[in-house]
Amino acid sequence: MKLREVAELLEAQFLNLEDEGDREIESACAADLLSDILAIKGGPALTVTSNVAPQVVRVAEVMGIPAILYVRGKRPAEEKVVDWATGNGIVLLSTPIPTFEACGRLYLKGIRCSEGKYL
Amino acid sequence: MSSELGVVLYFAVLNSGGLDNVGAVSTEVKRRLQEINVEDGVIRRVSIICFEAEMNLASYADRGGHLKVEVKPDRVEIFVEDDGPGIEDVEQAMTPGYSTAPLWIRELGFGAGLGLPNMEEKSDIFHIESEVGKGTRIHSVVFRRRDAA
Amino acid sequence: MQLREIMERLGLELVTKDVDIQGREVVWAYTSDLLSDVMANAQTGDLWCTIQRHLNIVAVAKLKELGGIVLANGIIPSEDVVAKAAQEDVPIFVSRFSLFELSGRLYELLRGESDS
Repeated sequence: MKLREVAELLEAQFLNLEDEGDREIESACAADLLSDILAIKGGPALTVTSNVAPQVVRVAEVMGIPAILYVRGKRPAEEKVVDWATGNGIVLLSTPIPTFEACGRLYLKGIRCSEGKYL
Repeated sequence: MSSELGVVLYFAVLNSGGLDNVGAVSTEVKRRLQEINVEDGVIRRVSIICFEAEMNLASYADRGGHLKVEVKPDRVEIFVEDDGPGIEDVEQAMTPGYSTAPLWIRELGFGAGLGLPNMEEKSDIFHIESEVGKGTRIHSVVFRRRDAA
Repeated sequence: MQLREIMERLGLELVTKDVDIQGREVVWAYTSDLLSDVMANAQTGDLWCTIQRHLNIVAVAKLKELGGIVLANGIIPSEDVVAKAAQEDVPIFVSRFSLFELSGRLYELLRGESDS
């Protein structure tokens, strides 16, 4: 699924890198705690989160996460966080929809989590 | 082509800036390893280990600590040292979900009790030593698999 | 939808054995790991999907009168959490799915229900 289609599906806005709308994402994951994002297994995935702390963008860089979807209309408080993401090629999207529904809509479009099962 | 010579990177992780700077050192480690053409998968694992270490130093070690990353032809070794409060029960601290983090740290997204287990999982060799009142030392090794480059 | 039916269809495990879920229903869910977010934004009766393990999840669920808690990623809650939940009559389930996938599957179930 292209990021442009994700944005349409979730009524989301690009906070940066709008010209990367054709970038494909194959899987997604959801987490709010940094440790949990860092512990995600599997390949790079769209990360759905309500955590707008600047460290999340650094985690994304370290993990090779291609795009972050902030939920419930959230966005990083400081513009320099957005700039930092832009400089590192990480796409930031913001949707007014809460995490549950965002995951649900993506799931119904066939997006899955590449994360290994724990049990 | 990766360098056959060992490269050693030193970083001081300060505690003074609170949690705002967490991740700054790890992203720098990632950049430096990319410059010397370390394999992508290895870089990912090493930088995740460094990120967890940084979080721990910034959250618990009142005077911060040090991070040393040694790049060798066959492996990357990470040494983390602090003179913080130490860990009372290391085995318990290695249990996923066990955490002593106060709620305000958790609400920032830290302290879920996955840090040490995640570091161990990303390492090929992982060793931790801690003494209450003295500090904590971690040694982690990630092997470089050339076929995975 | 009945909690029991959700449990069966998603293969959830009820870890609070002493909490009787017979006849309890939920209509929607809220996914979040931040307690303050749940306090501010979850709706009464929501089933709460999370990977937050802190003891305070029980207090938050009780205060907000949530329909229950589902821990994703196969997270087994500590004995403290289970005991507290039993005392407060808050059902806690464990799912082997990731938080994303748990939310997706639950959405599929609950949405189907609200459409029909």
